[in-house]
Amino acid sequence: MSTTDQALRPVPQVLAHEVHKPRETNQWLDWVLTTDHKKIGIMYLVLTFVFFLLGGVEALLMRSQLAVPNNTLISGEHYNELLTLHGTTMIFLFVVPVMAGFGNYFVPLMIGARDMAFPRLNALSFWLLLMGGIVFYASLFWHPPEAGWWSYPPLSSIQYSPSGGQDAWIFLIHLTGISSLVGAINFYVTIVNMRAPGMSWGRMPLFVWSILIYAVLLIIALPVVAAAVTMLLTDRHFGTHWFDPTNHGSPVLWENLFWFFGHPEVYIMILPGFGMISEVLPVFSRKPIFGYKAIAASTIVIAFLATLVWAHHLFTAPMPIVVLGFFMLSSFLIGIPTGVKIFNWTATLWRGSLVMTTSLYWAIGFIIIFLIGGITGIFLAVFPVDWQLNDTYFVVAHFHYVLMGGAVFTIMAGTYYWYPKMTGRLCDERLGKASFWVTFIGFNLTFFVQHALGLSGMPRRIYTYQPGMGWSTYNLISSIGSYILALGILMSMYNFAVSYKKGKISGPDPWKGNTLEWFTTSPPPVNNFDSVPRVRSVEPMRDIRLEVEAQTGVLQKTGGSEQFTRV
Amino acid sequence: MISRSALRASRGAGRKALALVPLVIGLSLAFAPNAMAACCSVKSGGSPNANSIHSLYDIIFVIAVLVFLTVTGFVVYSVWAFRASKHPVAAQIHGNTRLELGLTAGAFVILVVIAVATFIKLPGIINPPNSDAGAASVLSASLTAPNPPNGNKLTICVTGRQFIWRYTYGADCNKAAWADKLPYSYQEMVVPSGETVDLVIQSSDVIHSWWVPALGGKVDAVPGFTTYAWFKALHANELYHGQCAQLCGRQHAFMTALVKVVTPSQYEAWLKEQATVIGQQNDQVAELRQDLIKQGYLTPSGIF
Repeated sequence: MSTTDQALRPVPQVLAHEVHKPRETNQWLDWVLTTDHKKIGIMYLVLTFVFFLLGGVEALLMRSQLAVPNNTLISGEHYNELLTLHGTTMIFLFVVPVMAGFGNYFVPLMIGARDMAFPRLNALSFWLLLMGGIVFYASLFWHPPEAGWWSYPPLSSIQYSPSGGQDAWIFLIHLTGISSLVGAINFYVTIVNMRAPGMSWGRMPLFVWSILIYAVLLIIALPVVAAAVTMLLTDRHFGTHWFDPTNHGSPVLWENLFWFFGHPEVYIMILPGFGMISEVLPVFSRKPIFGYKAIAASTIVIAFLATLVWAHHLFTAPMPIVVLGFFMLSSFLIGIPTGVKIFNWTATLWRGSLVMTTSLYWAIGFIIIFLIGGITGIFLAVFPVDWQLNDTYFVVAHFHYVLMGGAVFTIMAGTYYWYPKMTGRLCDERLGKASFWVTFIGFNLTFFVQHALGLSGMPRRIYTYQPGMGWSTYNLISSIGSYILALGILMSMYNFAVSYKKGKISGPDPWKGNTLEWFTTSPPPVNNFDSVPRVRSVEPMRDIRLEVEAQTGVLQKTGGSEQFTRV
Repeated sequence: MISRSALRASRGAGRKALALVPLVIGLSLAFAPNAMAACCSVKSGGSPNANSIHSLYDIIFVIAVLVFLTVTGFVVYSVWAFRASKHPVAAQIHGNTRLELGLTAGAFVILVVIAVATFIKLPGIINPPNSDAGAASVLSASLTAPNPPNGNKLTICVTGRQFIWRYTYGADCNKAAWADKLPYSYQEMVVPSGETVDLVIQSSDVIHSWWVPALGGKVDAVPGFTTYAWFKALHANELYHGQCAQLCGRQHAFMTALVKVVTPSQYEAWLKEQATVIGQQNDQVAELRQDLIKQGYLTPSGIF
């Protein structure tokens, strides 16, 4: 099936034009000095995808080491460095900022604004992120941190981690933290104040809703981890004893502070992805989103509950049973709004007219994968069961299903969906679908068997294991799967790179989208819109097409499969 | 292009295949217990608490599989039946509040069922049973030491340090280990079967996590804190493998633990022998120290 033909069809709509010819300067200087939300968004996306590949290489090295028992490819020291780099990179340098990248590019477009509220703060956010990445990765030349992305003291204290790598990690948290915090304030102010006329809260695109809640959660959670890592820094260098058990400090205090940030962080990472899915599904189902209010409300409920579940990471720590019971029940509760979302997405597909684009492939793949991750989350929320499963490969499998599903698959769906808007060109659909299948199969090979690994007693974070434990076969399958997974991701990266110059011209609205970013040219001009239409529903573009149809009598291609003719 | 009749035939086949689904589910549930023991459930068999966790896991597992199959079934069916080529006109549905509320209530009920199952199983997991007649047992993350109803238990102190576990045998082991010259061992713990063993877990450096899967859940060993666990080994002449579960440094992978279960009389004998061996070695060290002091390598207070 080709999805590219419609690009050639006339699309009657009001287009924005360049207000002036851009001045001729050094190209790279334009990027460095820019305050344009779209350029900053692109820089975010490119930088975070680079970090994604770095984190992926680190993961492949770890999987290579674990492929066979008693492997000597990587030492215990380097393995611990790799797992710290992998976790920290994927969380702080990929998933959180990549969502900021999409938010940057598309929030102003979707709400009909010409830029973010504070364009220069926006540029600051990006450059702080880059600084954080440099500070952290520079430690490769000396001594990378080895205490894990969770950095529990005393292991992360000066006594057990004397190297400066741990300090580089602390500064990474500070720099990316300030970057995200500044960005979050910017998103909040932009969304609250700069929406198009008529775009009430109930007509705001669901992606914008998810970025709003993402921003609120960042504002709630980040100051806590900023305080915690500052305390760790003063413990390490200035003689305080916050977390030092030999001087009445408490390592459990760190665990609580860290996870009070760490669990909302999970939702910070996946809520924007949920938002993308809520945009992609209705467009390619040719149907309104099922239960708009329920999806928006469940986002808010998830954010509220997200701050009340942190101690389910501490079920094996010294805590009284009644606390464990509370956090089990609160973790159960968060399953309900998440279930509501999955139900609404499924119902959006139901009786639709599914245009099977690459973006929709990734979105449906996301539903299946995230469903598995959500279900295994219930196992882990039951604290007596968690006593067996905590810190095993079952947990590794669980959160990769949640985060690869909730973040990577949604990011892929979003990138394939918005790529034409950002570049003016379509991606290769066949390569995109092939990439999806390779990634999907590789992903499940890698991580599904890890459930069984955890159940058969393999702890996380061990750099090698003995033969005869019943782990060897599972580990080999998982390692082979990781290479297939990497191949699938690379196919998409290649697709994005090649389509930038060679993709078919997309036109302003290749998918017949619902939201305002499709109202302008692809890529949009600096000022985004010459005029912003009055918004009368969640689907302003659909309204515009219907209006044009009523006034001209020319049938607009709005629904059904007619515009995606079979080849 | 597929001809229309072929399409119809494939649809018929699809319906038949759909009718097979309940059969497949039924068969897989029937064979589930055997298959699950091999790959898909937590380890158990060594101690009653591990067995209780196992049965709780299995309850959740069955519910989880049913939920997964239902939702995936809807998604796969939608993709199959509502492709644009088969279903050209999309139904413009905006939502259905009653259905929404109904499914939310359904999800809530499932969670209540799991919560109730958990609280029913919980006492068997956190409260140690009495030791068998003529014998003395303890795994949970409780802040207070677990106690069997009649109070007869064997206390073993577990101390984690980079990268080995040390076990000190006897009551008050965490307070009077050196003064009372209690027997101890490293890495391999020897315990009598049928006795409730109370583990007092501490760490002397970084955070470790005590875990022997067949004997129950894991408990963190956090410096500055004392945590407790219990188990009651059901079978003698077994060797259970465990491993530190919290990253504790470069050799974390080698911080393993073994629990050797023997009969109570064998345990008594082992304990005596261990005390003797430790005594002899202490004497040898004392002798060596005296020699070194005489030769002037060591001051009487033990400084080089």
